[in-house]
This record gives sequence, C-alpha cells and structure tokens, in this order.
Amino acid sequence: MKRIIQLTINDKEYEVAVEPNQTLTDMLRYELGLTGTKKGCEVGDCGSCTVIMDGIPVNSCLVLAMQANGRKITTIEGLETEKGMHPIQKAFVEKGAIQCGFCTPGMILSSKSLLDKNPNPTEEEIRAGISGNLCRCTGYQKIVDAVKSVGK
Amino acid sequence: MSKKEIYAVKGLSVPETPASAQEPKPWKQTQMVGKGIPRVDAYERVSGTAVYPSDVLLPDMIYGAVLRCPHPHAQVKKVDVEAASKMPGVRAVITGDTPEARVEWTYSKEARSSLFDPHCRFEGEPVAAVAAETPYQAEDALRAIRVEYDVLPFVVDERDALKENAPSVHGAGNVLKTEKYERGQVDRGFREADVVLEENYRTECQLHTPMELHGCVAKWDGDRLTLWESTQGVYAVQAEVAEVLKLPLSKVRVVGHYMGGGFGSKLKAGKYTVIAALLAKKSARPVKLFLTREETYLAVGNRPPNNMRLKAGVKKDGTLTALDFSCTGTGGAYPSGGTSLVDWLVRDLYKCPNVRTECTDIAIHTGPARPFRAPGHPQGAWVLEQMMDALAEAIKMDPVELRLKNIPNFSQGKEGNPPYSSTGLKQCLEEGAKAFQWKVARSKALAPGETGRIKRGVGMASCLWVVGGGWPPSTVILKLFPDGSLNLNMGASDIGTGTKTVMALVAAEELGIPLGKIEIEHADTGTTQYATPSGGSKTVPTEAPTVRAAAISVKQQLLEMASKELKLDAASLVFQEGSIAPAKDPSKSVKITDLSELKKRGVVVGIGYRGPNPENKAIIPFAAQFCEVEVNTKTGEVKILRFVSTNDSGRVMDRLTYDSQVIGGITMGIGLAMTEYRVLDRDQTGRMLNRNWHDYKLPTALDVPLEMTSLPVDREDSQANSVGAKGLGEPVTIPTAPAIANAVYNATGIRITETPISPERLCRLLAEKRKEG
Repeated sequence: MKRIIQLTINDKEYEVAVEPNQTLTDMLRYELGLTGTKKGCEVGDCGSCTVIMDGIPVNSCLVLAMQANGRKITTIEGLETEKGMHPIQKAFVEKGAIQCGFCTPGMILSSKSLLDKNPNPTEEEIRAGISGNLCRCTGYQKIVDAVKSVGK
Repeated sequence: MSKKEIYAVKGLSVPETPASAQEPKPWKQTQMVGKGIPRVDAYERVSGTAVYPSDVLLPDMIYGAVLRCPHPHAQVKKVDVEAASKMPGVRAVITGDTPEARVEWTYSKEARSSLFDPHCRFEGEPVAAVAAETPYQAEDALRAIRVEYDVLPFVVDERDALKENAPSVHGAGNVLKTEKYERGQVDRGFREADVVLEENYRTECQLHTPMELHGCVAKWDGDRLTLWESTQGVYAVQAEVAEVLKLPLSKVRVVGHYMGGGFGSKLKAGKYTVIAALLAKKSARPVKLFLTREETYLAVGNRPPNNMRLKAGVKKDGTLTALDFSCTGTGGAYPSGGTSLVDWLVRDLYKCPNVRTECTDIAIHTGPARPFRAPGHPQGAWVLEQMMDALAEAIKMDPVELRLKNIPNFSQGKEGNPPYSSTGLKQCLEEGAKAFQWKVARSKALAPGETGRIKRGVGMASCLWVVGGGWPPSTVILKLFPDGSLNLNMGASDIGTGTKTVMALVAAEELGIPLGKIEIEHADTGTTQYATPSGGSKTVPTEAPTVRAAAISVKQQLLEMASKELKLDAASLVFQEGSIAPAKDPSKSVKITDLSELKKRGVVVGIGYRGPNPENKAIIPFAAQFCEVEVNTKTGEVKILRFVSTNDSGRVMDRLTYDSQVIGGITMGIGLAMTEYRVLDRDQTGRMLNRNWHDYKLPTALDVPLEMTSLPVDREDSQANSVGAKGLGEPVTIPTAPAIANAVYNATGIRITETPISPERLCRLLAEKRKEG
C-alpha cells in the first residue's frame, strides 16, 4: 500500500505517495519526472543514479523512497541557480568532460559532494571521489581536470 | 569574453563559394573548425535536461519486461501465462503463441529465426513479454509465467565446439565458415627470413556495456508507430522494424536525440524494439521497455573471443618476409562475425609480400555478437603488435624502428591495392616516440641491475582502421532564416562523440554564423534526413562534407538573391562579414539579413548530398600508442603509469571532442587488456557468471593512468573529402592492449599471450619463470 512521505528535493518541499518497495531513483524519475537522475544498473555498481542525501552522495537505486522520508535531497536539476550553471557544471562544459553524457549527472553530484567537504582535493582524492561512478566514454581524465579546475 | 561572443560580434569572412557543379576547395584557414570549442549541447548534458530515450515519459505510459530463457540451450514446451495475465496492473502478455507475435527475426542474413523462437539457442533468448502499469508489476508478472523447457546439451566455448560429439547449435557441425586469404609465396618468404617466430594468442570476449541500457518507448497513433530508441542509427531501426512488422517505412518514426553510448551494440533494432511495439499495440498504451543490466550482458552483443596463431619471418635488416595467421572465433549462436576483420591488420598494416590468413567462425550457445568498436582489430593487434615486439627483440632492433621500416604507402589488403589518400603512420610513430621520450624511457627500463620486486617497462603498438573515409549516402538540409539564424537538419545520431558540435562548426565555418544562432534537428526519421548509423568511425567524414555542401548551396542561393538586388552578375559577388558585395567594389554591399527575397521567402533551404569518395584510394586512419607500466612481481599487479597516443585522422575538427575520443578509447583498451572478460560456466550450466558491473570490471577513475596524452598528427587529407577529416573513434582503442602487453614484457620478460593481464595470470607466469630459472 502506498504511504505518503515528505522530503525536500532541491530546496523544495514535496509530499509523495510511494510504494514500500519503490526506489528513490524510480520515485524521482517516475513520480516527479526528475529524469536527470539516470538509471544504469539498479544494483549500485555504476553511480549513474547518484544524488546527494543530507550531504552524502548515495546511489539512489539502493535507497528506498521511504528511507528518504524527512531527508534533504539534491539532484542534478537542483544545481543551476539564477546566476547560471554551477561552477562544476561550467567546468565540465569547458574542459570537455562529457561524451554521451549519461554518467555526467552522477559524476557532477559525486564531485560536488567531494568539493563541499574538501574544496581543494588532490588528483588522487578526486579520483577516489568519483571512483564509484563508471564512465564508458571519456576515460575520466577530463572529468578529473574539470573537478581540479573548480577546486583551485 | 568567450570566443563565441567575439565571433558573433565581429563577423568573420567565410570561405570562397564555388560555382554550382564545382567542387569546393579545401579550407585555407579555419576560424571555428579545429579549435577546442565546447559541445553545442553541453548544457543539456550537464544539467539533466537532455531527455534520453530511457527518460521519455508519456501520458498513460506503461512498462514492458521480457522473460528470457535461463538455459544456454533448450526447447520451450509450454508457456503458461494464465496466472500472470491476472496479476494486478498487467495490461498485455505476449508469447510465441500470440498470433501477432509470430514474426520472423533475422539475427543475420544467413540464419532466420522468429521473435519468440521455441528453440532457444542461448541464455537470454526471449520467451515471453508483459506490460503492466508499473515496472514492479511487470517484473512480478514475469515471475508468475510458468515455462516448461526441455533442457538440451550445450556448448558455450568455441574450443569445445569443434570436438567430436560436441552438441550442435544448428543441427550440423559447428563450423559456420572458413575464410582464407593468400598473397605471394609464404613458404618461400619463411625460407628467406633470418628469424622466424611462432606463437599462439587469445583474446577474451568483451562486452559493450554502454551506460544507458538498451530499449525504447513505443507508441501507436492508429497505424503509425513512434519509437524513442536508444540507438546509433534511427533509420536502421526504422528499416528493421518496418520489415519485421510489415509496415511502410513512412509509418515507423524513430526518434533518438540523445543516447547513452552504444559502441556498436546499438547499430540496429533489437528484439526488444519489436516486442515493445507489439506490447503497445496489444495494450493500446505507450510502452516503455528497457532491458535490465543483466539482460544486456546476455542478449545485446559482444566482442567475440578469438584464438589466434601467428608465424612471422623477418630479415636482420627488419624486412618482413612472411606472415602466416590463423584464427578461430565465435559470434555465438547465430552467424555474426566471430572472426570478422581479425586478420585485417596482418594483411594490411605492414609491408609484407607474402601473407596467408585463415579464419574459422564457430557457432556456440551464447548470445550473438554485435560489432564492437573496431570489430576484429584489437584482437588482431594483440597478436601482430606483440609479434612485432618479439621480432624486433630477436633481430636486436628498436620496435619503433622495425615498424618504421615496414610502412606501406598503399593498401596491400584491399582489392586493386589502392594507394592511401594519406598516411601519417610514420608521423604517428616518430612524433609519439618523441613525445613519450621513448628512447630514454626504454633505456632506463632496460638498464641492468634493477633489483626489488617493482619493475618498470615501456611498450608501444601501432594500427590502422580498415575504413575511415565515410561514404554516401547522406543528406543534410540547412535552413537560413531572414534574421541570420540557421537550422541544421540531419539524420545522424550523436552517440557522444560530438557529431552535433562538429557539424555546427562546419556550418559556422562556411556561413560565418555564430554557434549560438545555429540549432540542430537530428536523429528523427519523421523530421530529419536519411543517414546511416553513427559507427565505423565514419560519421564525421560522411556527414561533415554533406553539411559543407548544404552550406555552399545556401551561399550560392544568397549570391543569386544579391545578384538580383544589386543587378550584378552573381559570379562577381563575394561574402564579407555578413554582407554580400562586388569583389571589386566592397562599398556597394547588401547585408544578408536585408535581402528582400530572403525576407519575402522566409527561408533559404540548402540541401547537401554526400558525394562519392575518390576512386581507387584507400582512406585510412592510423595511430600509434606508447605506454609505461610498473609491475609488482610479487603480486602480479600492473600499474599503468602513462600513455601517449598519436593519431592520424586527417584534419582535427574539434580538439576537445578529439582528445576525449582518444583518451576514452585508450581506457576501453585498458579494459580489454586488464579486466574485462565474460566468464561462462563452461561445464556445468553454460550460464554467464559475471553479468553485472561488479563482477565484470570496467576501468574506474582509479584504474587509468594519471597521464594520458592525445597528440594529433593534424594533417588535412585533401583527397579524402571536402573537410579533410578521416575517422577517429575506432583506431583510438586498437593498439592499447598490445602496447600494455609489450610494456609488461619489457618489465618482466614475460609474454602474456592471453587477455586479461590479471594479477592471477601474471603471478602464475612469474612463478613458472622462476621455476624454470
């Protein structure tokens, strides 16, 4: 049976009726239409569905929607402000850290979470920070460059 | 101020306009092409606003799922869907007994099958499908379907498939075909050699695993079907679906604006495409059907495993005298190129008068192969490039030197031996060696007296890719509006390589229109022009000249309009910064946006067609890669320290997307070399054991070298086509694995002839070597 949960997504309050077995990924994508959160494996291997929950990057496919009750969620749709793209998004664009773009939202959110905690990460720290996000196209180097450029 | 803005404000001169029927001249200098300009759709891709086919949400949409055979070989006796049909939310169930689902399916021309073939020849063959209100209900319904199987004997390894009494895949022997090639006198060639070496090699089966799953959303409007499919080619999907469902092409619209990677596995429609359409028809609802990650490991292609042998002869001066290559491979249960192009590098890369190859394609009970980034080439390179390394050592020559000695200037493998339109292999080798500091690095690695368990080594390999010039057909339409903005309309998909960006740059270059004023419509059979799938490293050399042709048509029409307005001959007029003026009197100009005929008509439509390639020329991209590794001789772990890749793909169209392709290609090659391989339960069940990214390991950000350098040999190939570019996407991944293997050999003295170079394998080989002393 569906239950109503309350949560904050990208600084906006939501009330959503969810099934007990519905994942946070599916709730974001199907109930709210926030399809910037991608679905790559649904078993926590690829990181395409990464969102930030209470400051921590999580694979939203491994979180039940109900577990997000009362939590604060940031998805890729929440990064841009009136001033424009988030500096990490800008860096991804300028450094060419994108190919097909499917891993990009997850990569950006993992990077954001890293930079929020550690504004000047070393290259190794950046690589470790995005090691839970698979990319099949880019080879990571430009993603690392992009994150590094924001850190400095 | 960004480059984009400067360009928009200043307005720049555009290239000369050829008269109609005249071929455009190569660009003398470029303002936009070749710079590192960010993607035109970068915002969509970083903001989450790009809608991929798997993101499509339609009103009233329901969700499809496919039940697959869990056995590598079985006969379906009975499918009971009664309970499933009554499950909550279920709106359609189809099986092989459903009349409208009794359609033919062609895995390949040689082997026809049906959509739900009761004779399942691989694990993952569809048996039934459902559509339900939620993905969870669809999944539950699948579990309620009862299938009775006759489980049959199987063979899932091509090395077992040729044994006597091996289970048969198609009712006879398992050899699908043997292809032979021979030139010169191979035996004499070996007699002339000073050194002859022979070795066996194997590459394991690699899976594409693009980030976006395979699948589509299907919707019917009366008798018209629309599919939003994650694909490399919307027109290819349209043709296949129309044929299977016996629909006119015009009634099948396929849309694929964004897509999350394909690497060859999304060149065509899948059974899932047709299943989604049938479920949508039956339920009278739009149906979204995307495979699970597990299903993609089984049913949507792979790079075939290959067993290879090469015997090679060389003279002391480095002259290759003979190459004798044989291989077996398997594309799985249906003919799908199990040995396709595996011998191509042996035939074509180095000068050698005497060459013999023999390739045998074998059927086994696994999912059919699909083309995978440079089909056959990385496998062949694994063999040839390790052999070249061994030959060089045997004659005491530097491996780079040996390759430089054997560069052909024409294709020896192609019929008629056409000359290359351009070959930059020499530059790739020389410039790569220089940038890598090959000689210094190699002498350091070879220095005696190194003790301790960490050993360093360097290795290199080179390659070509069998096609790289693109070809017709392609049609592109440009629409110039009276406000000076442009719509670029093409059928090609941008599979992540930057196709849209490169095409926008070509239009901007030719017409002097800032990128911000160019919008692209693409990859939609309903509204955009015919294009072949994006693959084979042919998209840029196919589509870019077509865009240029369309832009020239626009310019010719504008000159005609200005000619009427200025009452002057069109041939006497030239473009200058957004205006048209007499060449002799620039003061009498008319602004393009002021042309009265343009305002009246509302649009100028320029149509470009891809013309033929030059006759009797081989348009081929070349590459060389250099790498340095560190091997822990106690644990067998290999750390790749750095890579330098030099590529001759003609003109660099956009430096940012170019470098991304190179670095991404190296990374995929690292996967093949180090960690990626399909594990099948060869004896007990025949099932795949590592069908997820946890057990099938792609390189992560921690597994790739900190230093990867892309160094283009940026040389326009003016014979190839009007933009001077050759293909890039495939050569970038071909030499990677053998370069690593050669570096590991350089470090340890151990030749790893089988992928992957795992710590386990390397440890075993190191132990054997120690035993032998």
